[in-house]
Amino acid sequence: MTKQDAAGMTRRQLYEAQQRKRSIRIAATSTALVIAAIVVLVPLTPGWEKVKRSFFNWDTLVDTFPKLLDAFLINIMIFAWSAPAIAVLGLLIALARDAKSPALFPLRIFGAAFTDVFRGVPVILTVYLIGFGIPGLGLPRPWNSPYIWGSLALILTYSAYVAEIFRSGIDSVHHSQRSAALSLGLSERQVMRDVVLPQAVRNVVPSQMNMLIALQKDVSLLSFIGPVEIFRQAGVFKSLLANFTPYVGAAIIFLIVTVPATRYADYLMARQMRERR
Amino acid sequence: MAKLELRGVEKRFGEATVCDGIDLDVGEGEMVCLIGASGAGKSTLLRCINLLEPIEDGAIYLDGTDISVPGLDPQTVRSRIGMVFQSYNLFPHMTALENAMLAPRRVRGVTRAAIQPEVEELFARFGLADRMGNYPDQLSGGQQQRVAIVRALAMRPEVMLFDEITSALDPQLVGEVLDVLLMLKDQGMTMVLATHEMGFARQAADKVCFLKDGRIIEEGAPDAIFDTPKMDETKAFLARALK
Repeated sequence: MTKQDAAGMTRRQLYEAQQRKRSIRIAATSTALVIAAIVVLVPLTPGWEKVKRSFFNWDTLVDTFPKLLDAFLINIMIFAWSAPAIAVLGLLIALARDAKSPALFPLRIFGAAFTDVFRGVPVILTVYLIGFGIPGLGLPRPWNSPYIWGSLALILTYSAYVAEIFRSGIDSVHHSQRSAALSLGLSERQVMRDVVLPQAVRNVVPSQMNMLIALQKDVSLLSFIGPVEIFRQAGVFKSLLANFTPYVGAAIIFLIVTVPATRYADYLMARQMRERR
Repeated sequence: MAKLELRGVEKRFGEATVCDGIDLDVGEGEMVCLIGASGAGKSTLLRCINLLEPIEDGAIYLDGTDISVPGLDPQTVRSRIGMVFQSYNLFPHMTALENAMLAPRRVRGVTRAAIQPEVEELFARFGLADRMGNYPDQLSGGQQQRVAIVRALAMRPEVMLFDEITSALDPQLVGEVLDVLLMLKDQGMTMVLATHEMGFARQAADKVCFLKDGRIIEEGAPDAIFDTPKMDETKAFLARALK
């Protein structure tokens, strides 16, 4: 027989409710303590007043924010044309590396070399080498634009990573799916296109979301070769106003975009884990 | 001439010989059951017949033509021989109907519209008419396995191979799948089964083969194998399997 109290709860439910209340109390107390420590201790540091003025200046933030937003449109633009190119190139490289036909052997070698090289070099170096090197060939306008070659640097680097993720997705499709498809008379190509790839792509959506988020941030690296995107614009304001607040403003703008995207990627990841159990 | 003839089929994985010189005749419309302990080579033999595994030695004839010639395009052979697996292996990103229509569309090159009535008719015949629009994970194990059978049948195969197709099912779902096999037998389908369902093999098979260590130790009519086995290995296996 189960004993119930006045609220109609069983013994265990009562115990669990108590435990829940207890952990909420502890979490609230420790959070309050940490915040209090920061609020009380940080202003006690000798440089706080100076840092407050140069990093958290409200007026500067309000004045520069609209211009920063404008500059962020350039980030979005570069992101918008790079991302699809990365998806396509990444998939092609993944397929090239899995190619079985001997005629495609050079493609396999190329795919492997490509991923090794572009995963092995810091992004900023690739941006420099391609972004300065190729326009240095003396190409006529508009082919000397740092937008083109900077974007290409990002596309090449990210395609290498994205290709590896696609490949892990292809490997994650159980070989019994291949057997079943082959047993129906499908060709290797049809098996890949109709059976393996659709499942592989679905399996790696959360990982690829994370790559998109990283790309969104790395677009700022192009500032080093010319384009006045948000990071560069913040730098211009810093020099003009002798104040670092525009950098904080830029960080806020990035967070407005990346935090929801990160949350969404995590949600997709968690859902996938649940589905696989 | 038998529909399907195996002559001295040998299959090795590295050092391990999984099929060790197997001879087998399967007549048109016959149901042959392969029995034996796990690892005896039943599944591998079926995969060899469907050219999913290349064989080391021997030959496999379909309608008298050697289909095990190295270098032969396996696609045409596979589209004539259907196979159903223990773990269903339905494509999870397609509905049951799409699963069954994929191969006819891709391999035979017929349009969706041209093949759909025929495939729907198959679903209806096996009691799945209201399940065609479902994805595999919305179906019970028994339903999934029946969809897998329909998918193979949609290619209008001449021979069907069944690899322990009831082994992954809850006991109460086994019956609905075995009923499908009986229907196919009535329609004159040529079938080879690897199975642990001794009762079914005894009741429905035309011939039963007992495999051990990649060899057919004993074969014959079900009654002969189950009631008066001659070989000691067969007796020992049946004693354990029928316990």
